[in-house]
Amino acid sequence: MVASILPLHLTGLEVHRRGKRLLGPVSMTLKGDGTTVIIGPNGSGKTTFLRALHGLERCTHDAAKWQADEETVRARQAFVFQSPIMMRRSVQDCIAYPLILAGQGKTNARAAAAEWAERVGLSAALTRPAHVLSGGEKQKLALARALIRQPELLFLDEPCANLDGRSTREIEVILADARQSGTRVVMSTHDMGQARRLADDVIFLYGGLIHEAGPKDAFFSAPKTPETRAFLNGDLLP
Amino acid sequence: MNDILLGLAEAARLIVSFDPELIEITLRSLQVSVGAMVIASAIGLPFGAWLAINRFRMRRVVIALLNALMGLPPVVVGLIVYILLSRSGPFGVLGLLFTPTAMVIAQVIIITPLIASIAHQAIRELWADYHDLLISLNTTKSQRIRALLWDGRRALLTASLAGFGRAIGEVGAIMIVGGNIDHATRVLTTAIALETGKGEFALALALGFVLIALAIAVNFAMHALSRTERSGRW
Repeated sequence: MVASILPLHLTGLEVHRRGKRLLGPVSMTLKGDGTTVIIGPNGSGKTTFLRALHGLERCTHDAAKWQADEETVRARQAFVFQSPIMMRRSVQDCIAYPLILAGQGKTNARAAAAEWAERVGLSAALTRPAHVLSGGEKQKLALARALIRQPELLFLDEPCANLDGRSTREIEVILADARQSGTRVVMSTHDMGQARRLADDVIFLYGGLIHEAGPKDAFFSAPKTPETRAFLNGDLLP
Repeated sequence: MNDILLGLAEAARLIVSFDPELIEITLRSLQVSVGAMVIASAIGLPFGAWLAINRFRMRRVVIALLNALMGLPPVVVGLIVYILLSRSGPFGVLGLLFTPTAMVIAQVIIITPLIASIAHQAIRELWADYHDLLISLNTTKSQRIRALLWDGRRALLTASLAGFGRAIGEVGAIMIVGGNIDHATRVLTTAIALETGKGEFALALALGFVLIALAIAVNFAMHALSRTERSGRW
């Protein structure tokens, strides 16, 4: 049995850029299962928070305590960006790339990629260049590429932004499957319906700070802070 | 105008008759320039990619220097290589002066900064696109460079072709280090210079047209081989 990289303990996590504090201080514990959805208005720090957790942002030294060494932590997580980054390769080669990086043979990696393309509904587009796919297809490709190494922890930054209802539903099904397979999901969204459908617990970020966090039902039925109430009611926040 | 027409006619005659001397110097031109392009690409493309993804103290100075070296005067390069390879120079013992190898060395020095600089520009843009993904996938620096070189291969082909274009048309350096020796180091450009000096303008022009045709043919061939400009490709 491989030891988990979670829970993650954050103590006073901060992200600064050009002398300005973008996030934090954030102190919390990310437990080992379920789906955490981060909500908050534009500019609240959702993306910065996810990027900081994934190691894409320079943040306070020693603020994040994982349950494994850095190399293991990096290898067992994946990130899906809001604007999916398409490599200049075919769909199959794009999905296979993380496996090739991990040292798998090209034939095996491509076979696994074909399998994942089938699972996310891209089997008809295997040989097409990735950049010609539609927005929804690109996001599915990004999900397949992130999931192909079966990460323990998956970060998604507004994975369904700018997608229509059908594509959103298809991506939510893939995420639900990933969760069933034991992947811990941490994602941000502006879609409150999606947050209600997918979340086990919710974090409300505002001004780079966590204003409220808790189980989904309690969060939506009885928000504790005035900022959370105002946000959920659709009021303008100062 | 008459000279140009005469040159065209002479070029056609030389090509149609498979003039042995023309074939010999054309093949030597190709050998030297393609050799220089391959070696310079092997150095310049990875260096351009490395420069694009690394941040270090003197990076801007290195980039400025690289850009400045694109305009290296070939005659000066030829002179320096001549001194290094001459009998009294540090590499004189190798006996490379007045050989095609010396011409390749001079051309590699001239075109490597050009290839590296264009590669750096192309890879820098690709790196901006790929940065977050490649960091997220926990890639090593060499994996990043390999991914960028592979995915940017069509833009990098342009860099190599620019190097080839400069090499095939170069005369100053290879004249000095090659010596324009008949059946040994004579290439199209040095032959043109020689024929012009002798007042044989028609022949010089004919060789010039062959040179232009050769440069275009190599460009077409490389584009065809790399399948650029095809729909759905990059």
